[in-house]
Amino acid sequence: MKNRAIALYSALGFGYAFLYLPIVLLVIYSFNASRLVTVWGGVSTKWYGELLADEKILDAAWLSLKVAVLNATISTFLGTLAAVVLVRFRRFAGRTLFTGMITAPLVMPEIITGLAMLLLFVAMEQTFGWPAGRSMTTIVIAHVTFSLSFVTVVVQSRLAQMDVSLEEAAMDLGARPVKVFLVITLPIIAPALLAGWLLSFTLSIDDVVISSFVTGPGSTTLPIVIFSKVRLGVSPEINALASIVVAIVSIGILIFGIIVQRQEAERVRSLKTASDRG
Amino acid sequence: MTNGLPLRPPHPQAPKMRASGGLRAFSRRWGRALVGLPPYAWLALFFLIPFLIVLKISFSETQAAVPPYQPLIGWAEDAVLQIRLNLGNYRYLFEDELYFDAYLNSLKIAGLSTLCCLLIGYPMAYAIARAPRTIRTPLLMLVVLPFWTSFLIRVYAWMGILKNEGLLNAFLLWTGLIDQPLQMLETDFAVYVGIVYSYLPFMVLPLYATLEKMDLSLLEAAADLGCRPFRAFRSVTLPLSIPGMIAGSMLVFIPAVGEFVIPDLLGGPDTLMIGRVLWSEFFDNRDWPVASAVAVAMLVLLVAPIMIFQHTQNKSGETS
Repeated sequence: MKNRAIALYSALGFGYAFLYLPIVLLVIYSFNASRLVTVWGGVSTKWYGELLADEKILDAAWLSLKVAVLNATISTFLGTLAAVVLVRFRRFAGRTLFTGMITAPLVMPEIITGLAMLLLFVAMEQTFGWPAGRSMTTIVIAHVTFSLSFVTVVVQSRLAQMDVSLEEAAMDLGARPVKVFLVITLPIIAPALLAGWLLSFTLSIDDVVISSFVTGPGSTTLPIVIFSKVRLGVSPEINALASIVVAIVSIGILIFGIIVQRQEAERVRSLKTASDRG
Repeated sequence: MTNGLPLRPPHPQAPKMRASGGLRAFSRRWGRALVGLPPYAWLALFFLIPFLIVLKISFSETQAAVPPYQPLIGWAEDAVLQIRLNLGNYRYLFEDELYFDAYLNSLKIAGLSTLCCLLIGYPMAYAIARAPRTIRTPLLMLVVLPFWTSFLIRVYAWMGILKNEGLLNAFLLWTGLIDQPLQMLETDFAVYVGIVYSYLPFMVLPLYATLEKMDLSLLEAAADLGCRPFRAFRSVTLPLSIPGMIAGSMLVFIPAVGEFVIPDLLGGPDTLMIGRVLWSEFFDNRDWPVASAVAVAMLVLLVAPIMIFQHTQNKSGETS
């Protein structure tokens, strides 16, 4: 029994080492003064300085941020509606097609989605004259199309776990469906919406393949810049950029984790006081 | 979840509601349509129709213009000739060995990487699912966390580790295991490492979900009947975790077949993968029809795995 536990935990430890060692090494070497990967030239922050002076990267980062926020907001809205449809409406015309269109983007190779989206935009431009050329708009549309499925999955599981009797009680007291949704359902599934928003934000700010297809001149996102630099080889500037991304993500996750934990504790406490009173 | 809340049919015993029942049913139908329409329309327009367009363009001919393909419809009197030429893109795929090799190689790389993910991911998921309840969520978070940092950056991190004058070679030279740097970057090996590394969380999550839900009393029963732990694992735990194994494998396998970034950054010039072929047809050769034909052929290849994935997804959706 004891041996098994040791074997299991060492497997886990190995897995974590595999997942984290590359990232840790990347962060450490972003402070390397030497341009060579293996030569440690002392601690330096000069690559960060060069990064912050690189206007091309800063512009791309700003564009990526705008795209990611827009994408996350639209996908959270559409994805939540889709989740409500899937969980609450049991039967409707074309349900199979709908579930298919929700699950397929989860696994569809990006390169196919990217090509398909671009061909659609070209065909639309030919027929309706819109969208005129590829720009931020086309990137946002493409990103929403693949991230809304992820939001749907996250919200769907939360909705399915939710206690329906709360909604029924409100209904019996005469509340209209829209009001029930806004006052009862929405606050309960709010953590899932936040998780979905963050997830689609991350998917968008990270996407290189689909963006490369649907981008146009003048709208270069951060991953496209990184990719074109990285294709030429390892560069210390990118190490610094990567470390900044890692830092932002870690802080974000930490805050999110604390919020969720607090909410969960709050919920448990209120449930306890409710049952004590009853 | 027995009926369609929040847009529930009016309560039969409520007289006030019965009076306005007709109106309510009417507005409920419209309310439902209003909720469902935006995501439905969005996906139909931006996900479904694009695939039909890809299919259409895969049958058309390249031309040096903007956009670089000929319209399918037109010149009705040349219809026979047109069709012969139109199938040319697919015939081209069959005739040129490059494409066939790329397909086979993609399947091989994706398949073996999925297997590696399973071998590394299963013990991890199992250990987390059997860990004390209080630390399960943090342990799981630790698996998911790298997924939230940039995919591109994580692949890039391996470039610095695997290259000839990289960290792994430096380490191996230092230990004396090798006296000559090994060529690791720009090989198939690096592609395997990259795919397994990037997709491991997708394997662990569904596996954990099934293992965590498992009824542990089954194992106790097996033990009471004199079953050794390993045998119990083989004949109880393993079969019960098959849905998680399928879901995880599909989540790794399907995107890995079409992977472009990883073979492009970590693979060598001879690492043929279908995603890479599609990219170069599109961006380097500007041959949109052939790129579309490659995409259609890839989709045909992936239809079966995608259907399996949807099946497991729907099943887990029903039980949760």
